[in-house]
Amino acid sequence: MTPFPFAAIVGQDEMKTAMILTAIDPKIGGVLVFGDRGTGKSTAVRALAALLPPIEAVKGCPVNSARFEDCPDWAQVTEAEIVTRPTPVVDLPLGVTEDRVTGALDIERALTRGEKAFEAGLLARANRGYLYIDEVNLLEDHIVDLLLDVAQSGENVVEREGMSIRHAARFVLVGSGNPEEGELRPQLLDRFGLSVEVTSPKEIDTRVEVIRRRDAYENDYDSFMAEWQPQDAALRARILAARAALAGVRSSNVVLHDCASVCVALGSDGLRGELTLLRTARALAAFEGAPEVTRAHIRAGAPMALRHRLRRDPLDEAGTGARVARQLAEVLP
Amino acid sequence: MTPFDEASGQPGRPAPEADPWAQVSLALTLLAVDPHGLRGLWLRGRAGPVRDRVLAGLGALHPRKLHPFTSDEALMGGMDLSATLATGEMHRHAGLLDHAGCLMLTMAERCPPGLAVRLGQALDNAARPSLIALDEAAEEGEGLPNALADRLGLFLDIDGFAWSDSTDIALNPGLIASAQVRLRQIAPGDALARLTRVAAELAIPSMRAPLLALACARAHAAWRGGSAIEEQDLQVAVALVMAHKALAFPENAPEPDDTPPPEPPQDQPDQDRDRDQSALDIPDEMLIEAARTALPPGLLAQLQAARAARQAASANSGAGAKRKSMRRGRPMPSRAGKPGSGARVDVIATLRQAAPWQKMRRAMMPGRVADRLLLMPSDIRIKRYQEQTDRVLIFVVDASGSAALARLAEAKGAVELMLAEAYSSRDHVALVTFRGHRAELSLPPTRSLVQTKRRLAGLPGGGATPLAHALEVALATAEQARRHGMTPTLAMLTDGRGNIALDGSANRAQATLDATRLAKIIAAKAIPALVIDTSLRPKPQLAELSAQMGATMIALPRADARSLSSTLSAALGG
Repeated sequence: MTPFPFAAIVGQDEMKTAMILTAIDPKIGGVLVFGDRGTGKSTAVRALAALLPPIEAVKGCPVNSARFEDCPDWAQVTEAEIVTRPTPVVDLPLGVTEDRVTGALDIERALTRGEKAFEAGLLARANRGYLYIDEVNLLEDHIVDLLLDVAQSGENVVEREGMSIRHAARFVLVGSGNPEEGELRPQLLDRFGLSVEVTSPKEIDTRVEVIRRRDAYENDYDSFMAEWQPQDAALRARILAARAALAGVRSSNVVLHDCASVCVALGSDGLRGELTLLRTARALAAFEGAPEVTRAHIRAGAPMALRHRLRRDPLDEAGTGARVARQLAEVLP
Repeated sequence: MTPFDEASGQPGRPAPEADPWAQVSLALTLLAVDPHGLRGLWLRGRAGPVRDRVLAGLGALHPRKLHPFTSDEALMGGMDLSATLATGEMHRHAGLLDHAGCLMLTMAERCPPGLAVRLGQALDNAARPSLIALDEAAEEGEGLPNALADRLGLFLDIDGFAWSDSTDIALNPGLIASAQVRLRQIAPGDALARLTRVAAELAIPSMRAPLLALACARAHAAWRGGSAIEEQDLQVAVALVMAHKALAFPENAPEPDDTPPPEPPQDQPDQDRDRDQSALDIPDEMLIEAARTALPPGLLAQLQAARAARQAASANSGAGAKRKSMRRGRPMPSRAGKPGSGARVDVIATLRQAAPWQKMRRAMMPGRVADRLLLMPSDIRIKRYQEQTDRVLIFVVDASGSAALARLAEAKGAVELMLAEAYSSRDHVALVTFRGHRAELSLPPTRSLVQTKRRLAGLPGGGATPLAHALEVALATAEQARRHGMTPTLAMLTDGRGNIALDGSANRAQATLDATRLAKIIAAKAIPALVIDTSLRPKPQLAELSAQMGATMIALPRADARSLSSTLSAALGG
């Protein structure tokens, strides 16, 4: 069964935008979706998988290499044939073992043929795609550390059982969670390019529409998909167009200055915030078909690019989203 | 006569008040009619003959059992070791999730977050019809993990039933099959909008609730033999699916005692109104009322407490002591060793160790059977685990009149600051407050800033000083934390002028005796404690009490939030 159509998700515009932007420019670096249960977080991630444009990769390559010469030696890929495959979206389940994440000795080959071969893990499968962690705030520390290492270097290194294996592992992290059930370590928080907060819709009519579409998806699947799949296809085409346009989107010195001013005013740590904000604004401009980044794009991108990078102030009653909005109003009138 | 009438043995729908047990068998029937739409059943109640009757009824769904410590391999399948070794080819065995049938999770209240998330994802998946969660929560603060509670449609609480109230349940496969045929033809109609509205009025944030309730109403309509959803279907859906999820009942809704029970619509047979008209005539308040009457008194508060405690406790590892263990905790790399004395062999690691040497060993030992794995003692690997005990700081804060109100604000500030620090060291914080006649656990162990701020903001001050009860609550909290594998520490902020005894009487002498007795128990249980004297002129009584508690005592006549916080950190080595 095809996942729920992305275009049919009611409301939750910030979450949808954030996901689309990472599809346009994966360098933005992932999305963190935090909010109440039953607000469509998981639905949106599954829907994203169906929306993403396919990738071209070497046939049989366990790490989805784009070119034959990029295939790792241990994979023993012999053919250079290129195939199209869906953008990988890999689930990283809670309580997963380190072996399954990084890969380990291939037991089957070891037992049956006495060979010391490497069996690729989840990080290999996620290369050039998405790694999705549901309830990311409950993830075990040692797996968090491992992910941080790999996300930092873009490479997975396995040194154990007499093996020394390395392969490319560049992926977009998507995490979801409920903040009332524990918070995220600042190090991991910072790894996500964008962060969005989802809540249940307040309007009854909106809620009814959510239920209506979900019910139609489950009980009247064929006609529901017939209605929405063309809209998903249109959105996919727009993402592809934006990808092509991305390199040509101009950003003036004024824009760079604006990005820096917002980050300084908010006291966000390091340069990661600034860079993410610029990339987000640029992807937004590309998505809208605008030739250059404007202040409006920065204003629209700042909450999702910066809200999780603010210093934590436990005595501040307003949420971090409100703080970003306040500073934006002052710095970019 | 409709199938429903046959099943219930009397004309019309039996009112839930008249025969609560009928609700139980109805719920099982509806689950059988639409296991996928309803996703499953949360069955709350202790093991016993009454639950056995329910489980016997569920037997018709042929559930496969799993328990909270079911391994990933059992859940998702894995290598079939004997077949693989015997044939020299990889053989897998199927996992529980590979079977498309119904699953039954025993001891669901102990289900760890990882398993809950996996099962939740499986339930979101179209291939998995349903899960029955057996929740035996006995202690306050226990309950089903939120990831599952949110997804399971039906809820039953059978603790209130005596054996004599219950009867054997036999599902009728023929009638269920014919209901399943009708199921997909039933349009949501205006039921969809009404259930969504009622969910919003009951303050249920999750959008899954109205969807599950719609599935329940649809299943009930199909079971009854109807072709459209009617009022009675909605009432059943609200009672079985939504009531227990309610966070609040609208205040303008009538109290159950104020109004006569609503007349069931089928008791007014001769009214030929069209359905739109009847929908307008029956306001949402009646559905809210159905939700209210579906719950035994006190159950909702209990469920909410469990939900809050689950939220607070579900955050994983903290800055507690680490200890290596052979049996539990998070897995660490295996090491060479001998099995026995509680250690378990890590089969996979052992095979990994042995595998690369097979060719060489075969060459060296030509007499051995060729298709057998050649294992040496040095290949054997032992499993090791690391247990992490979370630290929980239990603040016991005097909010009585004698502790000035400003002092309470400082204590609130100190707890918030400590929590901000605990955030980086991954500690939990709990808050016990006392004033008037009782102490209460205002905040179960948590690391959530969001929750702490909410609870602290609403904390009032003033009244007498029930110091003894405060110690009792603190002790209970510490012991429960220990049972959950956490390391508790008490931090008590008071001026020590206890004047309310444990029984609630204003007897100062008895109050002192009670407090002393509890202090000694705390010392005997070796719960580390810190007492901060917040009075302007320290008195010897508190020093004595803290000595009996084996606590460190610090006098802070003019403490402010920041100095309190740094003193606490220093004293607790945090």
